[in-house]
Amino acid sequence: MENRSENVFEVCDLRTYFRTDDGLVKAVDGVSFTVKRGETLGIVGESGSGKSVTCLSAMRLVPKPPAFHPTGAVYFGDTNLLSLTEPEIQKLRGERLAMIFQDPLTSLNPYLTVARQLTEVLEVHQDARPAAARRTSIEMLERVGIPDAASRIDQHPHQFSGGMRQRVMIAMALLCGPELLFADEPTTALDVTIQAQILELIKNLQKAIGTAVVLVTHDLGVVAGLTDRVAVMYAGRIVEEGTTAEVFANPQHPYTRGLLESMPRIDTPIQKSLYAIPGLPPDLGNLPAGCPFHPRCAFATIQCQNIYPETKVISSTHQATCWEIEGTK
Amino acid sequence: MNTMGKEKIEKNFLDVSDLAVQFYVPKRGGFFRQERAELKAVDGVSFSMSRGETLGLVGESGCGKSTTGRAVLQLLRPSRGCVIFDEEPIHEFWKKKGQKWIWDQRLRDLRRRMQMIFQDPFASLNPRMTVESILAEPLRNFDVTQGVERREKIQQLLMTVGMDPRCMRRYPHEFSGGQRQRIGIARALALGPEFIVADEPISALDVSIQAQIMNLLSELRDNLGLTLLFIAHDLAAIRHVSDRIAVMYLGRIVELASAQTIVDRPQHPYTQALLSAVPVPDPRQERLRQRTVLSGEMPSPINPPAGCPFHTRCPLCEERCRSELPVMRTIETGHQVACHVVN
Repeated sequence: MENRSENVFEVCDLRTYFRTDDGLVKAVDGVSFTVKRGETLGIVGESGSGKSVTCLSAMRLVPKPPAFHPTGAVYFGDTNLLSLTEPEIQKLRGERLAMIFQDPLTSLNPYLTVARQLTEVLEVHQDARPAAARRTSIEMLERVGIPDAASRIDQHPHQFSGGMRQRVMIAMALLCGPELLFADEPTTALDVTIQAQILELIKNLQKAIGTAVVLVTHDLGVVAGLTDRVAVMYAGRIVEEGTTAEVFANPQHPYTRGLLESMPRIDTPIQKSLYAIPGLPPDLGNLPAGCPFHPRCAFATIQCQNIYPETKVISSTHQATCWEIEGTK
Repeated sequence: MNTMGKEKIEKNFLDVSDLAVQFYVPKRGGFFRQERAELKAVDGVSFSMSRGETLGLVGESGCGKSTTGRAVLQLLRPSRGCVIFDEEPIHEFWKKKGQKWIWDQRLRDLRRRMQMIFQDPFASLNPRMTVESILAEPLRNFDVTQGVERREKIQQLLMTVGMDPRCMRRYPHEFSGGQRQRIGIARALALGPEFIVADEPISALDVSIQAQIMNLLSELRDNLGLTLLFIAHDLAAIRHVSDRIAVMYLGRIVELASAQTIVDRPQHPYTQALLSAVPVPDPRQERLRQRTVLSGEMPSPINPPAGCPFHTRCPLCEERCRSELPVMRTIETGHQVACHVVN
């Protein structure tokens, strides 16, 4: 294991289960990963793969009950976030840990002006005086590319377009210069030309501020352009993890390969028929035995139907969890 | 099932010319006085389709692509322009009832031949109806088949879209998004249509399911000889199913060409920017790529800019782009562009 001081963030065997009327739902089931200082990690998966719940659990934003964590620790520096009291985590959240959500319209307060929502962060965390907080907020809005920030700061969220609202969210998240930023599908609700703008912005700000980013997305294209490392999730677990270059050049897990192949691409010849992963995404309340991907996997054997696969090491920076691939040991 | 016999090569199956749709929206600020502003959602769209062809309509949200789809099907009454469907001027098939325009019998009858697939498989199926009654509704409306025969027809429809016919007693909430979209497709196919407008049929689905639905649509099109107007915002997806692609911006088509040409030799600066904004799942390429990131956003269709609608964001903008609206012109066979600057 690497030196913990090098890692800003370390998730160890995190499990988030939900008690529901239909039984126990294992949304996150034994996830471990690390994020180094200034690094960008992509977490890819489809809806229900547990990628958002992983981030929300780490931020302590999952309501408990119905959720609970049977095991797991989330280290931010040397603190285990899961063992903090509510006031302690609130102190960290917004200052050293920040999050951008998918839908900026529902995550900004429609009743409050942008100024109120931004300055609050500084007043709470840094005891800033109102005038100074306002000045810093305007500067931040300018940095994220909001034209005429000094007057727009007094507007309400609905007066901004989708792309501009996402910029406001980013400004709010970065106000205190956090060490770690979770971006949960930050561009999914946006048009492609606006998506390109926002991704560019995140990339540049990250370089300038040195924040580590955990980018959650279903879009492998976004991951390819923005991340250093990538973790692929399926049914609440990470099935493949590695540097972005390795995972894209040499995908190992059949699910990762399927995802990559089934993505319609702009840079390939036109295909009459696209490769499609057969079957349906798994029902988390009723997972199959063995490897949860086996009902959709072309390589599944009896072993896959019964025993959860081992993690195989492909290189020092690349591993995958599947019975049917060759590891180096 | 299909009227493939009376195929006419030289005549277009669908001809849309100068189509426009206006909405009236409350003006900003006027809270007590309800002043209405004119929103030109679609403004002078023309294209034609031959039988069996798939035309992709791409653009970003608010560009009027869905409105175009609806207006072509006469689900909305166009405020201007003609839609000729198989030599019939269907934009005239409306009658006035009091203050309102309603479909006349001819348009009602044409619903058998033209259908729509909707974007959101969660909103477009009635949660209180079983799959059987959802699929029976169009059959009942047009008095197609009865009793046992109707049930057989429904089972057959479900099999056509790759579903287990036994699921017809179940309700929409029991299915996943992909399965619901299949049910929506089955409903559109129930009356054996010739022309289908598919409005973003895959954008609400998971990545691994999108490919399944796209393949299903292409298969059905080939097997049933459907003419398909495929509306999407995703250029990467649409180019694999379309013969030709029309790119829309602010209510107008700015470029129209074969799917191959649009991707290989895009001429309009907006098409070029749109293409360069599509992320490629290849880290090496992504790092090397020279991206034209457009500044700004699409202007409001309530108050569109003068001249070329794209000039506010265009990297090639010249003096006359600010005042003069570019018309669609043919720059090579089958390739039309509305831009002053490109030759």
